[in-house]
Amino acid sequence: MKPAPFGYADPTTVEDALDVLAADEGAKVLAGGQSLLPLLSMRLAAPTTLVDINRVPGLDGIEATRDGVRVGALVRHVALLGSTEAAAVQPLLGRATANVAHPAIRNRGTTVGSIAHADPSGELTSVLALTDGSVTVATPGGRETVGWRDFFVGPLETSVHGPAVVLDAFFPALPARSGTAFAEIARRKGDYAVCGAGVVVTLDADRRVASARAAYLSVGLVPEVHDLTDAVAGKPVDSADWAAAGELARGLVDPDGDLHASADYRRLLVGTLTGRTLAQAAAEAAGRTA
Amino acid sequence: MRSRAMSAVHTERTITVVLNGVPREATVPVRWLLSDALRHEFGLTGTHVGCEHGVCGSCTVLVDGEPTRSCLVLAVQVDGRQVTTVEGLSRPDHQGGQVLHPIQEAFRECHALQCGFCTPGFLTTIAAGLDARDASVEITDEEVDELVGGNLCRCTGYANIKKACRYAAASMREQAAR
Repeated sequence: MKPAPFGYADPTTVEDALDVLAADEGAKVLAGGQSLLPLLSMRLAAPTTLVDINRVPGLDGIEATRDGVRVGALVRHVALLGSTEAAAVQPLLGRATANVAHPAIRNRGTTVGSIAHADPSGELTSVLALTDGSVTVATPGGRETVGWRDFFVGPLETSVHGPAVVLDAFFPALPARSGTAFAEIARRKGDYAVCGAGVVVTLDADRRVASARAAYLSVGLVPEVHDLTDAVAGKPVDSADWAAAGELARGLVDPDGDLHASADYRRLLVGTLTGRTLAQAAAEAAGRTA
Repeated sequence: MRSRAMSAVHTERTITVVLNGVPREATVPVRWLLSDALRHEFGLTGTHVGCEHGVCGSCTVLVDGEPTRSCLVLAVQVDGRQVTTVEGLSRPDHQGGQVLHPIQEAFRECHALQCGFCTPGFLTTIAAGLDARDASVEITDEEVDELVGGNLCRCTGYANIKKACRYAAASMREQAAR
């Protein structure tokens, strides 16, 4: 259980990092390393060079504005979890991050690294999708914004190839008259979710359901967002049938089974978690819609 | 033509670490995990390596005071940082001996270990957690659960470990009230 030999560089600028990445096709970026190092130790990955970006200044900022929250590449989970500014603009960030692993892992692991790792069981991966977020990618050719749909290609695979560093992730703000909730089922709190759900419910000015959307963890190959509005559209917030929306969701997902849960059990969890979280999110939205 | 020098790629690096309060230097292969360097280079075998992929928590040490899995950090990455292992949790007393951290005392008092393999990871994690909280406030069950939730123990069933957390928190509270 030791990583295969590799070269190591710790550049202090993004440009330098890109140079090192460009010089070796087998190079990989190391940020928090909480997902990457296990892959190396288990020899599921064997990059020839690790480009440690931890010494690059200016990548550890959380910038919360009216439009949304921009999270820099070196922001640790623990910092996002504790950011009241971020939570005020997009409450899903803190709620989802509370489910990310254990405190010792959250001290080191990064939000953006977890997104770049593109694990479909990643909490913030699904939140990026649910909030219709994007990432900023630096390449030798310049910087570009990539929306989540174009970014996630498959399990542990993104559309970014060649020398590139993901500089930040942007999570748009929660719309008005909206509420959120996030819940997951894991064998031990902090372990990989057997299934998880994040939801956003938006009401109209008459406190009727205008939209209900959900994103799931550990259910598909990439984060998926499902619009469940049809099951509850136009219903007064207090009498909407959230369980029906859960049933709708259950029919929309197509999870795989594994050692920890069969596909049917995952579908069951999707239904239950959806109903439960939508009810919570709706109550919160109602509280915000005077 | 390149206008700036590219960072060098190393396979070995000399690092300086303040280890349990003492500056130490070592030349380590860059592929070494921090846990490897602690045990093989620095001879601190109190840090136990269990699963080696971040799940069990046995190898947890403090990097700049924060609980960190030493199997999920490369040794080169702690260059210039402070690292505290289980060997560094106690404090010297005035008679040339050592005073255990309250959680170490509590583990002994509450019989919170059996085989002892997971113990160093629990001790470092809980010690940092207790040191970081307001000692004058009574600890809650939720806090205790969060303190121990990231570490696996296959002997005790956790009951006595949680008891030790409450015991240590109470003794730290008593200290704070003095």
